[in-house]
Amino acid sequence: MSLIKTVTEKPWERKGVIGGMEPEGTFDTEAERVALTFFLVIATVIFSLFMVSYYIRMELPDWEPLSEPAQLWFNTGLLVASSMFFQWARNIVSRGDSKNLYTSFFGAGVLALLFIVAQLVTWNHLQAGGFYLSSNPANAFYYLLTGLHALHLAGGLWVWSKSAIRLVSSGEPEDIRLSIELCSVYWHFLLLVWIVMFAVLSNT
Amino acid sequence: MAYVPLADQDQEMEMHHPHSWVEKYVWSQDHKVIAIQYGGLAVLTGIVGLVLSLLFRLQLGFPESVDFVDPNFYYQAVTMHGMIMVVYFLTALFLGGFGNYMVPLMLGARDMVFPFLNMMSVWTFLISVIILMASFFVGGGPTGAGWTLYPPQTTMAGTPGHDAGIILMLVSLAVFVVAFTMGGLNYVVTILQYRCRGMTLMRMPLTIWGIFVATVLGLFAFPALLVACIMMMFDTLLGTSFFMPAVIESGSPLDYEGGSPILFQHLFWFFGHPEVYIVALPAFGLVSDVLSVHARKNIFGYRMMVWAIIAIGGLSFIVWAHHMYVSGMNPYFGFFFATTTLIIAVPTALKVYNWLLTLWEGDIRLNAPMYFAIGFIFTFIHGGLTGLFLGNVVIDLPLSDTYFVVAHFHLVMGVSPILVLFAAIYHWYPKLSGRMYNETMAKAHFWITFLGAYAIYLPMHYLGFLGVPRRYYALGSTDFIPASAQELNSSITIAALIVGTAQILFFINIIGSLKWGKKADPNPWGAASLEWQTPDTPPKHGNWGDELPTVYRWAYDYSVPGAHEDFIPQNTPESAAPAASNDQIDSDKDSTLADV
Repeated sequence: MSLIKTVTEKPWERKGVIGGMEPEGTFDTEAERVALTFFLVIATVIFSLFMVSYYIRMELPDWEPLSEPAQLWFNTGLLVASSMFFQWARNIVSRGDSKNLYTSFFGAGVLALLFIVAQLVTWNHLQAGGFYLSSNPANAFYYLLTGLHALHLAGGLWVWSKSAIRLVSSGEPEDIRLSIELCSVYWHFLLLVWIVMFAVLSNT
Repeated sequence: MAYVPLADQDQEMEMHHPHSWVEKYVWSQDHKVIAIQYGGLAVLTGIVGLVLSLLFRLQLGFPESVDFVDPNFYYQAVTMHGMIMVVYFLTALFLGGFGNYMVPLMLGARDMVFPFLNMMSVWTFLISVIILMASFFVGGGPTGAGWTLYPPQTTMAGTPGHDAGIILMLVSLAVFVVAFTMGGLNYVVTILQYRCRGMTLMRMPLTIWGIFVATVLGLFAFPALLVACIMMMFDTLLGTSFFMPAVIESGSPLDYEGGSPILFQHLFWFFGHPEVYIVALPAFGLVSDVLSVHARKNIFGYRMMVWAIIAIGGLSFIVWAHHMYVSGMNPYFGFFFATTTLIIAVPTALKVYNWLLTLWEGDIRLNAPMYFAIGFIFTFIHGGLTGLFLGNVVIDLPLSDTYFVVAHFHLVMGVSPILVLFAAIYHWYPKLSGRMYNETMAKAHFWITFLGAYAIYLPMHYLGFLGVPRRYYALGSTDFIPASAQELNSSITIAALIVGTAQILFFINIIGSLKWGKKADPNPWGAASLEWQTPDTPPKHGNWGDELPTVYRWAYDYSVPGAHEDFIPQNTPESAAPAASNDQIDSDKDSTLADV
């Protein structure tokens, strides 16, 4: 869709059913995909606003940088692996195949779940080390941002579990093709958010 | 041509027909029922907001005349009135109510693209309203921090509702954002993907453009409110210091340190200013359609109206700090934000000119909706002009936090959108209910509301010039406020009571006409847009019977020479249209299809 072309049309001159003017919807794709795109933009806005707040708050004198535990590298590895498994599942269904679908699809979910658990373990370690939420704004932002990211992933897992039930009950990979595709996009998005967040947290 | 409209493909299979009364009216997935649920709940909440305003107006006009309106209650009433009206009433009614009703009908779709999500949206909205109302019944009552909820005073002892009230407010807002996002995704995707055959984007009625851009604004602006709410909740409940600075409360220092209250203001207004346009843009759209239909003229400058809506939407994200000129931010920001604020007046003024030019030499039919629409033009011009004053930093500084500001924003985003709401409700009532409302009562309702609104808000400008501060429980005695200011306040209160009471006329009319109203013609105003061309009035579940409509023209073919009536509906094929209209096709050959 060319936005300029669209908004410079003269509707009062053009009568009839106009061909070539995309009467099939503005974007030639499924409604769910459009909805997901909008949702990703909204999530980006949320995370960006937190990041902006982070940078503004960092300037104030009481800020004591938190040195992120090395365990986060391991957690990152889990999330990367989860994303790769999802991509694998996506490739399988888009080929119309079903071999290894269970391994890849369930592997992706389990790895994501492990990531959330690992994040919680990291929280515990930080707490044990005396880095409490309210003791410093840097700590507060660490818990807030990682918590928010984990919540988004948990939301993804909820959709994943619904697809998993459908896959197991019907056994037809075609039924959940779109679902797997959209989930994988969401997973990659959350991986990207995590990488940006991790980079920001460890460098400040 | 082997063409199946997208809107037909999935929906035929997915249409979920209700089987019982409960499924039809309670757990309904029909956009029309959801629209009424959304709208009804918003109106009920709005009535609470209205009653609160009358109570604190009584205190202002006749100090200490009502026993329970003490300073605490006064602040709580002012706060809840503001938040309810802006978020739970106007936003919910325009987008949840009108958005739900209009979008599928005006686009020729059977329903929203995700009906289940749509149903979830309205029930989530109900939860947010319940949480909000619950704050009236908890210890300490609702928050009295002012609707902007600025920290640190929001959570400090001395502010009413600083314990449970503020938490409920924040939770309720967060839940509202979730509800809005579910609904908003529906409107946006439906508008982009589920238009019927022939309905190009530039053939959509302006109502849809207004709802579309407002929804996009909402989807991207409400997250800022969510972020602010979450961080403030952390500050209040978990003892973090995102916003809370080192502060002393009743002589003893609190545990907070180093937070930035200004950061909250930035986040709040990054939501708060687009919010003004989330309310205004649907109103602009609706009023454009009402004016065009009742003036029997095509809307003047349709394309520019669309561009203006988009431009206002874009600009609304870079003007937020004009609410913060006195916050102590960098003065250079003031220069930037004053400039963008004044630029946004350009597309807005353009819309006003286009409305006036739509009326120019029109065959104006002065029905009640038209009264309200023209009334809107008046109040919007007045409220808009004072915006030019307040947008300039040097003029804003002395007027900040005075009644001038109250007068400005009530005229521009209170009275104006509400006049449009009345116009729209009367205009679409015959379609929605299948009955006509009582015209005489509607006109009486208009005159009392319109003149009353001026009696309330015009004097407030003078109070503002005198320097009377807003949000004060009582004026006390000062050198600069003359005793006559109190008399003005009394007259404002009397006008407010009359206008508030007169709204009963509206409810009697709307509810009574359901039973006693004359049966309505399917298209009583002779309107060209699709929602008036449904096979049933009111439209049944699925809207269009067996076959979806096909659109052959824009929505504004009024006063067409030679037309059977004086208008041509959007779904009238070329062959059935008068010659005058067909001539135009020859001049634009490539734009028509052979199958017409």
